[in-house]
Amino acid sequence: MASENKSGSKQWNGITGSEALMHALIAEGVETIFGYPGGQIMPVFDKLYDFKHELNHILVRHEQGAIHAAQGYARVKGFPGVVIVTSGPGATNVITGVADAMVDSTPLVVITGQVPSNLLGTDAFQETDVLGVTLPITKWSYQIRRPEDIAWAVARAFYIASSGRPGPVVLDFTKDAQIGKIDFAYEKCNFIRSYIPKNEINKEQILSAAKLINGSKKPFVVYGQGITLSHAEEELKRFLNKAGIPAGSTLLGLSALPSDFKHYKGMLGMHGNIGPNVKTNECDVLIAIGMRFDDRVTGPVSTYAKQAKIIHIDIDAAEIGKNVPVNIGILGDAKEVLSQLIEHIDKNNHDSWENEFDKCYQIEKDRVIDPEISPKSEYINMGEVVHVISEATGNNAIVVTDVGQNQMFGARYSSFNKSRSLITSGGLGTMGFGLPAAIGAKIAAPERQVCFFVGDGGIQMTIQEFGTIMQEKTGVKIIILNNSWLGNVRQWQEMFFGERYSETRLVNPDFIALAKAYGIAGRKVTCREELKPAIDEMLADDRPFVLDVNVVENGMVMPMIPPGKGVTEIMLNSKEWYDNGK
Amino acid sequence: MENDNILFTVTVYSENQVGLLNQVSIIFTRRNLNIWSLSVSASAIEGVHKFTIACRTSREKIDAVVKQIEKRIDVIKAFYYTNDEIIYQEIALYKVPTDRLLDCADFEDLIRRHNAQILEINRTFTVIQKTGHCSETQSLYDDLNQFGVLQFVRSGRVAVTKSQQEPVNEFLKIQEERRKSLK
Ligand SMILES: Cc1ncc(C[n+]2csc(CCOP(=O)(O)OP(=O)(O)O)c2C)c(N)n1
Repeated sequence: MASENKSGSKQWNGITGSEALMHALIAEGVETIFGYPGGQIMPVFDKLYDFKHELNHILVRHEQGAIHAAQGYARVKGFPGVVIVTSGPGATNVITGVADAMVDSTPLVVITGQVPSNLLGTDAFQETDVLGVTLPITKWSYQIRRPEDIAWAVARAFYIASSGRPGPVVLDFTKDAQIGKIDFAYEKCNFIRSYIPKNEINKEQILSAAKLINGSKKPFVVYGQGITLSHAEEELKRFLNKAGIPAGSTLLGLSALPSDFKHYKGMLGMHGNIGPNVKTNECDVLIAIGMRFDDRVTGPVSTYAKQAKIIHIDIDAAEIGKNVPVNIGILGDAKEVLSQLIEHIDKNNHDSWENEFDKCYQIEKDRVIDPEISPKSEYINMGEVVHVISEATGNNAIVVTDVGQNQMFGARYSSFNKSRSLITSGGLGTMGFGLPAAIGAKIAAPERQVCFFVGDGGIQMTIQEFGTIMQEKTGVKIIILNNSWLGNVRQWQEMFFGERYSETRLVNPDFIALAKAYGIAGRKVTCREELKPAIDEMLADDRPFVLDVNVVENGMVMPMIPPGKGVTEIMLNSKEWYDNGK
Repeated sequence: MENDNILFTVTVYSENQVGLLNQVSIIFTRRNLNIWSLSVSASAIEGVHKFTIACRTSREKIDAVVKQIEKRIDVIKAFYYTNDEIIYQEIALYKVPTDRLLDCADFEDLIRRHNAQILEINRTFTVIQKTGHCSETQSLYDDLNQFGVLQFVRSGRVAVTKSQQEPVNEFLKIQEERRKSLK
């Protein structure tokens, strides 16, 4: 029973560590947990049984499913995803997702069971050195060996995961700490001596950045997920509107600005739009906000934006100057930095400079986009499917992708109205991420349509989560862009490995029959006439649905900056290069 | 080309948390940097640990490494210095056969010249200690090697800065004020 202590907060006397964990999670506002039980975490799952009404536990089919579902949930909700798994294999099964969340700055609190503390280091049954394995791929890892440490560790975990540049935290929870009894009170954490989540913004840098921007003839903004993470969508719009600056997005930044926003010029990177890539090497001031100059965006840095003065705004000091040398580095939260910058920039426009982007877009539309979405051939294109679905949802769906061609088509041919509408594995490029992430996304936003694009390869990496969909009745729409190949690798083999198709041909199961076995409705599409009706059927209600579309086998994601090439060296198809100025 | 062979001394101030040494050292490993020497000890601030790491690399790389180190939650602050910014010292022990030492006429002079000390002497071996910079301990090694050095060990570098206090003090003060303002 809870009582009130002197400071007015709740106190529970003589409860187990497992119960303490439940109270801590509830105090942090957790509603949903993704998990899978096992020996060394049984006391926690036993307690969960008493807290069914407060904490909704989603039983996945594989721990990798739990972690990716939590990632999807966290990215849509902007709140840490919580995962509970057992020790040993349970813990190692979540590692891919932890590494993925680390590079993609996704807040997670992952609780792993651990053998009793007196057995630590003895190679006991299902003991793994979870701290040793996770330290390099987490923002913070900690082993709870005594129930007395739960309040401190859990509070810190949530604070660290969600503040500053977000990231995954692992709490390794020994079995004796789960069953030991304590008197428990909980207080959220808002301070750690050795940690500064948000720096004070340096006023002088704001002024010099504003000066540089005000004097610029061809300014260009490149932004990333930092905009979404710091809730700076409106500030970014105001900034771009006031100064009249065109902007390009990284893959993870997509949907932070609506696709039809006046100054939005498209996606950056290897398969990005021509304008944003080419103009990077023509602008005079490059303003990077909440992005990290990933090599898929920059190509070789020796040829990247050499002509430009670069302003880099980021919350993470280690990112500033890491890949690209900058003229002005502003350390701080994007929302705060932009609010201050807006005050100091002049009202301006750069219409003829912006028009140059639109010219590039026209070329891309004629040469790449239109042929992709309205093909002359009888075969269905991947971009075509994405385009039709995006229109059918009024561009209001949350788009989740797996990795590969489906990811690039999903990103390129979807339009977005709302922020937090593209969930994809960016930094790690984890095949198998998508299906569980889509489940997590739908659970985070049940009122929204969730459309998940996946290849016939990637879906088989976590296809067991059909079971979770069946059990939870999660209404995700699964669109398999089925080309019978590991398409992305096939594309590289065709372009760079002399058409030697080594180990990329797939013989696939009947996905619709498989879905049916799980009680999931589905439809196979083999020709264009069937596509639209099947999409309408899929979107008609809130049931889970599998749409298995036979798409052209040798589809190619274009345009493409081949590996090792700079941002202006763009291929329009496997033979022709974009010719700047024509 | 940037000089990538500068000897830097990195000092890391941290909370006393399990696994910190591991967290710090893997940041060097990831960038394929050799740690030249490493020592861990208390600092002048209670509860704060201090790592002293010597590493040869470029300024650009060490800057990136130090930022990555500082990013670890339990690291309070990290700094890097070149030799002219710090006072540093290492200690070396040499074990040599006693009979061969005693055969040498200017042995006493040699010890004096190197400002070394004898820690132990017995019939079979003698243990000599010397503190100094690497080149100094190395030079004694070279001189002693005529007698055949049986064992040799050199400690990691320890260093203090030329600035008045532990450079982390200022940071901790600011943080303490922040903490108070949050309550
Ligand atoms: C776990 C993992 N293994 C391997 C890869 C390398 N990889 C990237 S894309 C790709 C092919 C994906 O094929 P498919 O899922 O059919 O999608 P498509 O490219 O055809 O859309 C592979 C193997 C990866 N990204 N992740």
